[in-house]
Amino acid sequence: MTDAIRAEGLVKRFKGKTALDGVDLVARTGAVLGVLGPNGSGKTTSVRVLSTLLRPDGGHALVGGFDVVKQPHQVRRLIGLTGQYAAVDQGLTGTQNLVLIARLLGYSRPAAKARAAELLERFSLTDAGGRPAKTYSGGMRRRLDLAASLVGRPSLLYLDEPTTGLDPHSRNELWNVVRGLVDDGVTVLLTTQYMEEADQLADDIMVLDHGRVIATGTPEELKNRAGHQVLQVRPVRTGRLADAAGVVESVTGSRTRSTDDSVHASVTDPGMLPEVVRRLDAAGIAVAELSLRKPSMDEVFLAITGHAAEDTAALNGHSPERTNA
Amino acid sequence: MSTMTDAAPRAGAAPEPPAWISPLSAVRHGLLLTWRSLIRIKNNPEEVLGLTFMPIMFVALFVFVFGEAMMGDWRAYRDFTIPGITAQSVIFATIGTGVALNTDIEKGIFDRFRSLPVARSAPLIGAILGDMVRYLLTVAMVLLVAVVIGFRPDNGLPGVLAATAVLMLFAFALCWLSAFVGLLLRTPMAVNIFGSLWMFPLTFASSTFVPTDSMPGWMAAFAGANPVTHVTDAMRGLMLGGPVAEPLLWTLAWSLGLVALFFPLATRAYRRRS
Repeated sequence: MTDAIRAEGLVKRFKGKTALDGVDLVARTGAVLGVLGPNGSGKTTSVRVLSTLLRPDGGHALVGGFDVVKQPHQVRRLIGLTGQYAAVDQGLTGTQNLVLIARLLGYSRPAAKARAAELLERFSLTDAGGRPAKTYSGGMRRRLDLAASLVGRPSLLYLDEPTTGLDPHSRNELWNVVRGLVDDGVTVLLTTQYMEEADQLADDIMVLDHGRVIATGTPEELKNRAGHQVLQVRPVRTGRLADAAGVVESVTGSRTRSTDDSVHASVTDPGMLPEVVRRLDAAGIAVAELSLRKPSMDEVFLAITGHAAEDTAALNGHSPERTNA
Repeated sequence: MSTMTDAAPRAGAAPEPPAWISPLSAVRHGLLLTWRSLIRIKNNPEEVLGLTFMPIMFVALFVFVFGEAMMGDWRAYRDFTIPGITAQSVIFATIGTGVALNTDIEKGIFDRFRSLPVARSAPLIGAILGDMVRYLLTVAMVLLVAVVIGFRPDNGLPGVLAATAVLMLFAFALCWLSAFVGLLLRTPMAVNIFGSLWMFPLTFASSTFVPTDSMPGWMAAFAGANPVTHVTDAMRGLMLGGPVAEPLLWTLAWSLGLVALFFPLATRAYRRRS
């Protein structure tokens, strides 16, 4: 089967600022591609180019085999788009929003109403269907927005930071929706700045930073590529945290990070685990938990880019070599 | 939410959109988005209030506050100024066209339409046609209030309809200027402020509320060249009797000029921005 999206060398500049600097991208049909990156890394620009909203200055992209610049109409027949902010008409009711889109897509009036009712039901919005969207909560509006992008049964769905600003409950709900869509065979391109989200949903991950692709692979591959595992030690008494850190540092030779109750350290050789246990025992430190795990996506991002994913303000302050980028 | 992970139930497969957009479907898309623009009136209490309360207030304030002072008789001033208030209300309402366009773009609603296989022109056509209906409602409200306080124009209903047609033509031309501003500026707030900036001199420094010959020479010259004066004079002539040909020709010329200049500018800005 051909890939749902195949883009090569995408370039986009805004008034001298390069938003996309030669982005190659492949989304496999039926899979979830997670595009990860901090604010300003080019995620939204990529989505806007691939959904025909923006013409690239260089490179080309095929969506479902159609060129986004030369055959935009054909591309639009395949895709659904849910933006960062909920792009529903706040002055219209939930039902009216969905009926309008269905009518624009050529549904007859009764068929449009049926489709709207079906989607409202699916997204638990039936009771709110008659109210203007401006009375909805953030989570409800996001669900309506997603419903709006599904009216035409797209085979490819773009989700541009779908859970930004949502509470954990709404976020989980949305994740379940995405999983359901993938079960239905929909290809999803998901942008996010949350590592956990990419880890939860994506089959493939592409990491963007300053308009360039800096890593691609499955979540597992990226974690392996970070080249290390994480040792976590939680002493029974938090008073022994510093002592435990000392032991771990002397054995592993790497610097530790401490949270409220445990010590973390990067480990390249898992063979040192027995030594850590022995030394902790010798120092009389009772251990409640000791584990060796793969790094989280946050840690992976940090390892690949040299800065954290969600903290762009700190990025500007801490890495002056990047401020001119 | 447990049903969400289930396979989607089918309400009939999606109709296959045509491979290209025929002029007929472009018109259909435009009309659907006009419907959308009009539904918003119904759903928005503020807008209903704006469309009804503003004309009532303007007519009442101008006729009863200024009437006696202006012409010694509020009835005479009522007849003089009702065509002017009608023009002024609609011309002010054209700011709304730019504000609404700007809001739709800012909120990402246009992006949604543009990501669908829908005619590119449809959102713009829908916005403009929807606003033309708003302008007509505004005219109807002002004239309704006017009739309630005894306005009985000499030329009767045909005169009123002809005057309305002239005003709608000018409003249609002017709303392209507003659309251009709305597509050019960054925020709805900026569009509103900028719009009001030129709307006040345009509507007040004209023959809408006072005869221009009562103004000092330089102001009378400005008012005489002001298209709003021509529109108002044409409407006055059509409703109450009096010279029509000259102001009507000027109104036509201004309308054509505005459309010739701002229709291409607005559509170009629209293509760029959206």
